[in-house]
Amino acid sequence: MAGTAIRRRLSWQRADVLAVQREARRAYRLSLRPPDWSGHLPGQHVDVRLTAEGGYTAQRSYSIASAPQQPGIELIVERLEDGEVSPYLTEVLRAGDLLELRGPFGGYFVWPAGDGPVQLIAGGSGVVPFLSMLGHHRATGGLRQVRLLYSARTFDDLIGQAELARQPSTVEVTVTLTRGAPAGWTGLTGRVDARLLAEHTIPPAQEPEVLACGPTGFVEAVANALLELGHDPIRIKTERFGATGGP
Amino acid sequence: MTDPDDAVARRLDANAAAGPLAELFTVDLTVAMATCAGCGNTAPLAAHPLYAHAPALVIRCPKCAAVVLRYASGGGRLRLDLRGARLLTVTLDGAAAHGLSPVQ
Repeated sequence: MAGTAIRRRLSWQRADVLAVQREARRAYRLSLRPPDWSGHLPGQHVDVRLTAEGGYTAQRSYSIASAPQQPGIELIVERLEDGEVSPYLTEVLRAGDLLELRGPFGGYFVWPAGDGPVQLIAGGSGVVPFLSMLGHHRATGGLRQVRLLYSARTFDDLIGQAELARQPSTVEVTVTLTRGAPAGWTGLTGRVDARLLAEHTIPPAQEPEVLACGPTGFVEAVANALLELGHDPIRIKTERFGATGGP
Repeated sequence: MTDPDDAVARRLDANAAAGPLAELFTVDLTVAMATCAGCGNTAPLAAHPLYAHAPALVIRCPKCAAVVLRYASGGGRLRLDLRGARLLTVTLDGAAAHGLSPVQ
């Protein structure tokens, strides 16, 4: 019943923390099992709430990294030095703990319907919702063309390396490192700009659905460059998540 | 006032307001089209800039930056200020509703 579904999504619930594993230099993967979970759309997020002893609460939104076909949910949390929530999630939280969350939320920044090409553009931990989308694409045997352009600071900052390495032939992953590459690196280096977008993304003539996610400055620069290249704003969706250490 | 760099860093997309707004609305308001009362620009609410660090969530027009929606919860009250929105259009195609069947 719709009413029941609405109440469930609004209610805070305590999810079992199954594991907290280091994912990248500053990012940790939280495997969670919410007791009451009816699934999610690839790209959706949950709200996480921490409550201090005095009753003070802090709340943040985190994209779901896991595909809907997988049991439970996984979040990938980047530790921000001056953060209020992420230091707890990455340094204090342990397997066996409970974590208060609600969701899933957000029907806008989700895997696009249809068979047309999809271009994903990620800065830093902005790759997280795309891991869910790519997992969904793989699990459903999708035939549409998908490209991911992923900008990270260094090789050690790359999130989802294992997953990104095993993509079906319909998916092409391009990584660029902005703050130095290890010896033997054969991928791209440098920031995502109009030139890099022109060379390594699906051209506007093919009318791809474009989703860009990352720190606010990154996403706004990418969105402007996409418009310069001639992409129709109607097919560009962005998810700006504020400040981080940068892509 | 915050400095401009700080303001940029704190700007999110209103997509992140989906949870708080679900406290009040039975549909996902972030996929609704919102028309700015100031300039008339129409865009999905999720694509509006969101400032979440204020005492209230403040959603601004992507074109003219006027305040479109303010929302606050706390002290046992939910408060909504929609002065800046001339029109909200919710499409009832299923995708807009929280009750939609998620991908399984």
